[in-house]
Amino acid sequence: MNRRDLLRGALLSLAGLPAVRRVAGAQTAGAARDSTAGDPLFRPDAVQRRAVATAGDNDPVVKDLEKKLKCTCGCNLDIYVCRTTDFTCQYSPALHTEVLDLRSAGKTPDEVVAAFVAKYGEQILMAPPPEGFNLAGYLVPGVGVAIVGTLIGLVLLRRARLAAPAPAIPSGPAVTAASAADREKLRRALADVQD
Amino acid sequence: MTLLGQFSLWLALFTALWGAGAAFFGRPALRPDMARTATRSTYGVAAALAVAALCLWKGLFAHDFNIEYVAQYTSRNLPTSYVFAAFWAGQKGSLLFWATILSLFGAAAQTVTSRRHAALLPHVAAVTNLVIAFFVITMLFAANPFERLLFTPEDGRGLNPQLQNPGMTIHPPMLYLGYISITIPFAFAMAALLAKRLDTGWIHAMRKWTILSWLFLSAGITLGMWWAYVELGWGGYWAWDPVENASLLPWLTMTAFLHSVMIQEKRGMLKRWNAGLIVTSFILSIFGTFITRSGIIASVHSFAQGSVGAFFLTFLVVSSVLSFALLYIRWPLLEPEARLESMASREAAFLFNNLALVGIAFSVLWGTLFPIISEAVRGTKITVGPPFFNRVNVPLGLFLVALTGIGPLIAWRKASARNLRRQFIIPVATGVLTGVVLLALGIRNGWALTAWALCGFVAGTVTQEFWRGIRARTRMHGESVPVALAHLVSRNRRRYGGYIVHVGIITYIVAFAGLAFKVTKEVTLSPGQSADVRSPYGHTYQLTHLGVSQYSQLNRFVSAASLEVKRDGVSIGRMTSEKRQHLDSFGRKTFEPSTEVAIRSDLREDLYVVYAGSVNGTDQATYALTINPLVMWVWLGAGILIAGGLITMWPGGTVISARRRSETEAGYEAPLVGAGVTE
Repeated sequence: MNRRDLLRGALLSLAGLPAVRRVAGAQTAGAARDSTAGDPLFRPDAVQRRAVATAGDNDPVVKDLEKKLKCTCGCNLDIYVCRTTDFTCQYSPALHTEVLDLRSAGKTPDEVVAAFVAKYGEQILMAPPPEGFNLAGYLVPGVGVAIVGTLIGLVLLRRARLAAPAPAIPSGPAVTAASAADREKLRRALADVQD
Repeated sequence: MTLLGQFSLWLALFTALWGAGAAFFGRPALRPDMARTATRSTYGVAAALAVAALCLWKGLFAHDFNIEYVAQYTSRNLPTSYVFAAFWAGQKGSLLFWATILSLFGAAAQTVTSRRHAALLPHVAAVTNLVIAFFVITMLFAANPFERLLFTPEDGRGLNPQLQNPGMTIHPPMLYLGYISITIPFAFAMAALLAKRLDTGWIHAMRKWTILSWLFLSAGITLGMWWAYVELGWGGYWAWDPVENASLLPWLTMTAFLHSVMIQEKRGMLKRWNAGLIVTSFILSIFGTFITRSGIIASVHSFAQGSVGAFFLTFLVVSSVLSFALLYIRWPLLEPEARLESMASREAAFLFNNLALVGIAFSVLWGTLFPIISEAVRGTKITVGPPFFNRVNVPLGLFLVALTGIGPLIAWRKASARNLRRQFIIPVATGVLTGVVLLALGIRNGWALTAWALCGFVAGTVTQEFWRGIRARTRMHGESVPVALAHLVSRNRRRYGGYIVHVGIITYIVAFAGLAFKVTKEVTLSPGQSADVRSPYGHTYQLTHLGVSQYSQLNRFVSAASLEVKRDGVSIGRMTSEKRQHLDSFGRKTFEPSTEVAIRSDLREDLYVVYAGSVNGTDQATYALTINPLVMWVWLGAGILIAGGLITMWPGGTVISARRRSETEAGYEAPLVGAGVTE
């Protein structure tokens, strides 16, 4: 706290106001208010400024579009996540406005994406389009697993075909019903195995 | 204090190199004194690094801002817990943390390993010492935590607000513990290869270390998800960020190892594969660290760039070449003792499980590196983000979930058709029933539906296995169900602990699939105004803005925006999201205002509220509202997984060695058929 804040705090205390400053709005909770403008905050600089949320901000088409497009601030996030998470970012609100403008101009989602790619390059996309060399990106892992899996399967099938039939159990005395002693032996053996 | 710290680092370096030299060049197999020198050197290294660590903590707590690291990451008014955690907040401190913990693990490995494996220990010491030496060299020549400034600032810069979260005290250390402890199984593998002791001894010596490491990684990754969820305010917990991916890579390969090692223990197969998996896990842990610290790939987690990246790259290349060269040299000694006989066998199921796990690891690595590959090949920069990873990995992940259910049901060697029918009928019915019920309830998202049906299948498998075991015990020993359950688990901890881990995994999967039904909305409200958000379950939340309070608290100035929340007209409480303007001890702003999220959780969903900011500096607030279904299941899954993992590694178990087991099996079958019945 600097000296100015200290002085201000002392004056507020002398005036009988609480040290924890609450704005009027908090004390009128629940009261119906139709004014769109609020009361000024005690320290407006301690909070980021935001524009009033509009229908465009909640448009599912816009959200889906923005999830496909990367913010250019270097955060590695898509425009939607960046603008609704990093409230210090100056880029994502501007890019959001750009999306809204293109939509207002009647562009389809694909046309909006194309306009962004034309302006910012392919890097603006959160995932490369599955074409050309990018196909390698999408297909190599899955195809690799499929090929290796198929090879393992083929080897196993070949081994199963080549394997000699299991030797027959040599003939011996006929198996008779187990005695109580046998059952006890079996119980102990099973208990050992479980252990 | 910095002088003592510096001296300790040099002492640790020379002791580590001396110990490694004694093991590599002193012929420890023939000279017990050299073997003792090597093993005891680990205690010396641990002691020296512990002193260095204490020196840094002393500097942090003493607010010695003449130390560059202390000035960079702390301030006089930083709460004590974060002063403590600042040790690993930056590059230099985290390197010291890494080296110190590894030295403690290295010393512990020498202490707790059974004397049966004494022949491996000098080489284990040598490998851990060399890895520690690399970290100490990196600190001494590229990132010294004891570096002093030419002047002493009146206060430090303070800790990044996003790091001022309880998660900071536990997530990074837990993840580091996971990364670091991989070195011990790796050291045992290298020791076995160096000493040509390639029976199952090294596997037994390092098995618990592997599980421990895997548990630390699991806990570290989940804590990272939790931290991202509660602190970053984006309403999610996994963004496929390169550093997140890097932590997942060794987890996947170690999970593969924990499965395939069972085949080596039971059947003497996959020896080369297992040694390769452990080496790969270690290399991937270093690769993850390289990505974090080199800045080679853009990530929100990256530390400051510097020459450290070059050190890590060199170490990565050298350790990869040496490890795989050693594996290649010992290749002929790793002949399998048996061969896979059938597709319908547990070995084959585990092999496909390994294929899926390594396939996912490869696809994550491939996606992480693809921007670099694309730029090298095409000269075009591209971004590989969540849409790519989801598209590639979700099918592989579902394949893996299916195998999680299939593996435990199939017999070893070769399963008969009757065996398969008997084993699969209930789990498959459970899976199908789950899918049908969800479809009837109106779930139409194909991926989520498939994931939940497969989770039903795996749950059926695990329940069937438990139920059969309990039933056998109740019949055989006359035990009650709870007692039978306790005995069943305690007498075969590895098997049933593993099943509990599987339950943990499907709990995660249930949660991940829930993300498909996420709802988001942005609203601007003046005090008294309300907004509605409809949950995917059908009910509606009504949120009424109460206003914004502002006050000083600890080292920050807080702006708290509160909402009264009703569900279908019934009040369920108040939620408050904050903006925090952090200040140094002179009241100066240190960072931009950060956001604290308000979360209301239950088993079904989270209501997630973020105070985005105010309109024109007034108490008219803009909120980002999110309904996240099933998030709590992620944290539940972690708890179940860790409980299962702890059961598998709990000491005093009765896991018998492969050799003893095979002898026991042979001796147990013969008398039953040949002698027992005919006597």
